[in-house]
Amino acid sequence: MLKTFRIGGIHPKENKISAGNAIQPIAIPDQVIIPLSQHIGAPCQPVVKKGDNVKVGTLIGKSVGFVSANIHSSVSGTVLKIDKTLDASGYKRDAVFIKVEGDEWESSIDRSPDLKKSCDLVPGEVLDKIAAAGIVGMGGATFPSHVKLTPPPGTKAEILIINGVECEPWLTSDHQLMMEKADEILVGTTLVMKALKVQKAIIGIENNKQDVIALFTQKVKDYAGIHVQPLKVQYPQGGEKQLIDALTGRQISSGALPISVGAVVQNVGTVFAIYEAVQKNKPLVERVVTVTGKEVKQPCNILSRVGIPLSDLIGVAGGLPETTGKVVSGGPMMGKALASTDIPVTKGTSGILIIPTLEAKRNAMKDCIRCAKCVSVCPMGLNPTLLMNLTEYEVWDRAEKEHITDCIECGSCSYTCPADRPLLDYIRLGKGKVNGIIRTRKN
Amino acid sequence: MEQKLIVSPSPHVHSGDTIEKNMYNVLIALIPAFLVALYVFRLDALIITACAVLFCVGFEYLIVKYIMKKTPTVGDGSAIITGVLLAFNVPADLPLWILAIGCLFAIGVVKISFGGLGNNIFNPAIAGRIFLLISFPAQMTTWPAAATATATDAVSSATVLGNLKLSPETLPSLQTMFLGTEAGSLGEMSTLALLIGLFYLLWKKTITWHIPFSIMATVALFTGILYAFDPVPLYNPLIHLFSGGLMLGAIFMATDYVTSPMTRKGMLIYGVGIGFVTVAIRLWGAYPEGVSFAILLMNALTPLINNYTSPKRFGEVVKHG
Amino acid sequence: MSVLLTAVATLGAIGAGSAAILYMVGQKFKVEEDPRIQEVQDSLPAANCGGCGFPGCASFASACVKAESMENLFCPVGGQDTMDKVAAILGRKAPVVAKKIAVVRCNGTCDSRPRLNLYDGASKCTIASALYGGDTGCSFGCLGLGDCVDSCTFDAIHINPLTMLPEVVEDKCTACGACVKACPKDIIELRKQGPKSRRIYVSCVNKDKGGVAKKACDVACIGCSKCQQVCPFEAITIENNLAFIIDDKCRLCRKCVPVCPTKSILELNFPLRKETPPAPKEEDATVIA
Repeated sequence: MLKTFRIGGIHPKENKISAGNAIQPIAIPDQVIIPLSQHIGAPCQPVVKKGDNVKVGTLIGKSVGFVSANIHSSVSGTVLKIDKTLDASGYKRDAVFIKVEGDEWESSIDRSPDLKKSCDLVPGEVLDKIAAAGIVGMGGATFPSHVKLTPPPGTKAEILIINGVECEPWLTSDHQLMMEKADEILVGTTLVMKALKVQKAIIGIENNKQDVIALFTQKVKDYAGIHVQPLKVQYPQGGEKQLIDALTGRQISSGALPISVGAVVQNVGTVFAIYEAVQKNKPLVERVVTVTGKEVKQPCNILSRVGIPLSDLIGVAGGLPETTGKVVSGGPMMGKALASTDIPVTKGTSGILIIPTLEAKRNAMKDCIRCAKCVSVCPMGLNPTLLMNLTEYEVWDRAEKEHITDCIECGSCSYTCPADRPLLDYIRLGKGKVNGIIRTRKN
Repeated sequence: MEQKLIVSPSPHVHSGDTIEKNMYNVLIALIPAFLVALYVFRLDALIITACAVLFCVGFEYLIVKYIMKKTPTVGDGSAIITGVLLAFNVPADLPLWILAIGCLFAIGVVKISFGGLGNNIFNPAIAGRIFLLISFPAQMTTWPAAATATATDAVSSATVLGNLKLSPETLPSLQTMFLGTEAGSLGEMSTLALLIGLFYLLWKKTITWHIPFSIMATVALFTGILYAFDPVPLYNPLIHLFSGGLMLGAIFMATDYVTSPMTRKGMLIYGVGIGFVTVAIRLWGAYPEGVSFAILLMNALTPLINNYTSPKRFGEVVKHG
Repeated sequence: MSVLLTAVATLGAIGAGSAAILYMVGQKFKVEEDPRIQEVQDSLPAANCGGCGFPGCASFASACVKAESMENLFCPVGGQDTMDKVAAILGRKAPVVAKKIAVVRCNGTCDSRPRLNLYDGASKCTIASALYGGDTGCSFGCLGLGDCVDSCTFDAIHINPLTMLPEVVEDKCTACGACVKACPKDIIELRKQGPKSRRIYVSCVNKDKGGVAKKACDVACIGCSKCQQVCPFEAITIENNLAFIIDDKCRLCRKCVPVCPTKSILELNFPLRKETPPAPKEEDATVIA
């Protein structure tokens, strides 16, 4: 029996059609738009102005406050303006518009492809480098990594967990990265272990990536303290809490952080970015993006600079198909449907999924038949249909008692509901309201 | 004009599961029992079942369309199930007009007046059956002999449970009860056929094991303990499991989504409750059979059970200092 | 006969006994309440809408009785008449409050504000608004999913299927403020109803720069400040590229209406425009915020 998490879970059709397609480059357009908020937390303060010359890796946005991350230019050229641009939500946010001229990199960045294993920095220096490079969680949550790697006072990390699960259907960017950059990821893992002062790391990989499991099982022999653990394919295994449960058998209690069970989770993409930041001085200016979908002509994995419009990436994959109904940034379970493809790639863009109109439309919602399928699939052990009703009737105190704030918004309930009820739509709303109520009560 | 993109909150895929699929799975699971009924009662079984389905679907369509003035939802298959289950719960020679009244009560009063599928408190088929049992006790408790039986009393015969209290010496063999040719309602004939249905439902994940198995286990355990002290046929757990409407009730009626609890813990409480009440009525009640009453009673308690049982939450059991 | 007598006697005794117990319990647990609270409550509309800021009419009544003065206590549903009655019961004088009404500050109809995408989530403004900017280029405007309609207990606001915008029924609106709270975009505002229901307001809440706003919606306020310049009473403020008419200062001269280049200032219930605008009229109401 393969390991997996113990409560709920679903197994949607995997559809990893872009697996095995080598990571390919993309031409840099004449202009890029780099949003100043690409992470959870406070937006950056711009440190460049109109007319400034920038190179690849030049700091253009400085982090404000603790939970924030620096932003660097991904191209060389001239700053056109600092203006509002649409983000993935259709709201306008500040961004730096840069006119591209050539491709000149900051001289401090080591661009050689050689693997650099040794690192003689002390843990604090490693953390400083990670913070300076503006690294955020690249699985999609975009939480600033240096914050996550600094356990709060009184807690101590015991184990590092590397998330190579990629449980979202369709997406293959992590898969391909692991195949092509295995050594870099493993060196990155040792760096994170050093920063956290832990002796043990487990890389969790779902069993549908046999090639990666074979490769890593071979490679980890050269790295002390790192283990590979194949996992049964089940969604949402990439959720922090689920992954820790699957790999260590420890369950984080309601409202607590992973560090409460001594675990810190990092995505493989993040670990690779940490390797580049620490060993090569390269800030986070590019990432792997999967462009895929049922009717996409050439599903592919693209190494894209931050700030390139998504429409360019879709162009590389053969353009938007005629039948396109929905364009999703991220995976089908937790990704964000976009109103426009003109928005730029950001640090958190793991994939672009193009769904045909026929499959994009939701079915009309019917009355709940209380089949309790949502209850059995909820990985947090909640009662989704009850939470939806409580939100609909605004019974916030009961919703709080029923732990609505534990919801990880994985979407398993809506996915599984035979009556096509928008359970997560409501629960997400209720969760926000209850969190707001809790915050006001604390103040 | 460029095509407009569709925007909605995540998730953007769906399992493809529908209410209809679940309902039709239940109907498929009822096929073996129906075939046995056809074999035992021949044309009568077909007539009763077909009429009950026709009445239920027809009443639902007419009531929803002309009284509620909404779009009829008979396509979801739930009215068909109510019809089949009600037919399976009546004697094969029940006059059709009585059957029609039962269907009208089940659909009109028990289901639609509460708001239709998903909002009813009681299982319509169970409530319909009890309504008929109380209103027409004579017609509902005279059973035609099986067409395959060679018994002399071709007009009517008592059920196993009826005999259990009155004349335990005339009991059929356990094997007959398991395969099913004893007297009784249409669908309760063959335990084997019903079990095949159960395994189909479990395989299709339409239902979970919790409700049917907790009912069966409770009945077996309860009567088993009594049997250990006093081994008379009245307490024989196997007779209780294989006779009457226990299997039909435990597998198809107690597991009705709408009227059963939503959490695993709740399902077990519900099943144990049904088991206890069933045995209590069978052994000490005025009626020979108690499954329907037990289910109806536990249906009424379901909202309460739902309120007091919550699913096992993530991180709940693990304590950290 | 004796059977009958026994029955009557027994039942009678049980009844008398129960009555005695009930009476004693009633006396023992009697709560002394200011009788005026009930009196005040009886004069309230019993809508229990919460428009006064209290959970219901009963708690508003007790607040009225307990309060030192009638300042800040106002039942929007009952209006001035009810408050005068309440004040009379309590032997006080109710301050004069101008009647208010809900105003929808978005005029982005299907024609003036083209839809750029199709929303396919749960039909609730709060959900759509938490998800994204909306199905038009304007991320401030009405989403048209009707949370305000659901929140209204007086059937006073409806979505017009032609414009997909909510419209307030003036006769029914009690200014309870439920729709103001329900709207996630803060489009609905309570404004003074004005003499003869005449009102002037900027029907837009778009804070984008003029060009961006205009591109998204033909009738968006572009913050050009022409209305501000023409206003003789300094009743118009411009903040974040958006004009706002302060109803306390506005004297309904209507000078701002024709100068607005995008026609985002609306006038309601005025007679057809003559050559000279009507002379500014002093309002006799003191307004409580």
